[in-house]
Amino acid sequence: MCLAIPGTIKQIQGEYAQVDYGGVSKQASIRLFRNARVGDRVLVHAGFIIQILDKDDGEELEKLIGETMGFTNADEI
Amino acid sequence: MQMRYRFEDIKKRIDELAEKMGQVTVMEVCGTHTANIHKYGIHELLPGNIRLVSGPGCPVCVTDQKDIAAALSLVEHENVIFACFGDMMRVPCGDRSLYSLYESGKDVRVVTSALDALQIARDNPDRQTVYFGIGFETTVPQTAALIEAADECGIRNLSVLSAHKTMPQAIRQLLGNGSGIDALMCPGHVAAITGAGAFDFVADELRLPAVVAGFEAYDIMAALLRILYMLQNGERKCVNMYPRAVTRHGNREALSLIYKVFEPCDAVWRGLGKIKDSGLGIKERYRRFDALHRFNIRPYDVKEAKGCICASILCGKKTPADCLNFGRECTPERPLGPCMVSAEGSCAAAIRYGDTPLQGAFLYGGGMSRV
Repeated sequence: MCLAIPGTIKQIQGEYAQVDYGGVSKQASIRLFRNARVGDRVLVHAGFIIQILDKDDGEELEKLIGETMGFTNADEI
Repeated sequence: MQMRYRFEDIKKRIDELAEKMGQVTVMEVCGTHTANIHKYGIHELLPGNIRLVSGPGCPVCVTDQKDIAAALSLVEHENVIFACFGDMMRVPCGDRSLYSLYESGKDVRVVTSALDALQIARDNPDRQTVYFGIGFETTVPQTAALIEAADECGIRNLSVLSAHKTMPQAIRQLLGNGSGIDALMCPGHVAAITGAGAFDFVADELRLPAVVAGFEAYDIMAALLRILYMLQNGERKCVNMYPRAVTRHGNREALSLIYKVFEPCDAVWRGLGKIKDSGLGIKERYRRFDALHRFNIRPYDVKEAKGCICASILCGKKTPADCLNFGRECTPERPLGPCMVSAEGSCAAAIRYGDTPLQGAFLYGGGMSRV
């Protein structure tokens, strides 16, 4: 039930954003995230935008994994 | 983005770390984690001494019989349109369910968003629409938004049956002394709302490593790697391994809306019993949107089906494989308990994808795909 789907905001009109999920477009409420802007990558849960996805897209996770590999800097591998 | 560390690299490092460790039990408390761990076959990718158990993370599963009985009472009320998520429909409550009432002609409607209930209320001004609010911090803000919107628009024919719950108190109760759980995989989308910081107490109070995890196979394996790394190094921290969606402080707008409309109250969880301040009741200011209050419903208890061990499964004490009814008397078509109904329930996931190699297919007529 806590499934949330990533998509991209194509348009915002009033309280609703038109979100594109790789070709399928659906309306989502911005009531829980009023700072959402056109072009933002967002996480949508049950018809509501609940979070904006970080643009670094994996760099932070890579760094955290790198630490467990025995390196403090991912570049050392 | 191409990740520097391949899936195989993570798996290899997990194997290396696990080799130096004894038995490790990791609990997750999110229905989507439960389903995806089975779907991706994560159990089989892990060394034998690393055990994953599901806790009370499926919202449908933890909803108490009394709350479902209250829902059935509301459905039977004259003039009510009852709106709920589809997973709730077939949870048995005695010899009835929302689905059986729907089949008998009652107006039960499946919605995919809380705001669908607002539209139903608008479209049916002469009838009462009741929305069944279930779930944790991910879903609660939507119900709060529904109530706020109904209040703003002056909609009077809408109310909410709230069985909403919050995670921290249940985790405290479950993972307190002597639980046998060595670490917690925290629910990523709950944390998207609450912020990763909301799970610091797992490390600070319970002295267990915790990771906030995403939902792809890569995310789950990376989270497990971090857990093993922390266990090996004696670290007791809560690490956010889902940084692309989870921030330190979460979605403040959503959190503020939750506590504008709701306030903490005691709640009964299937399997865990009554837990202080683990539920969310509608505040006095919005009391007129409380369905129990509006329809004067007095919840009554209905016993769980004989032989059903959902309660023990939800505490991580038993697994679907321990249940004598699993795949026999209890199947997705004829479920005895909620863990077999919800797509995120442990039993439904185990029967669909197999708890151990081919078990699901073997027990369930040999036709189930392991995907």
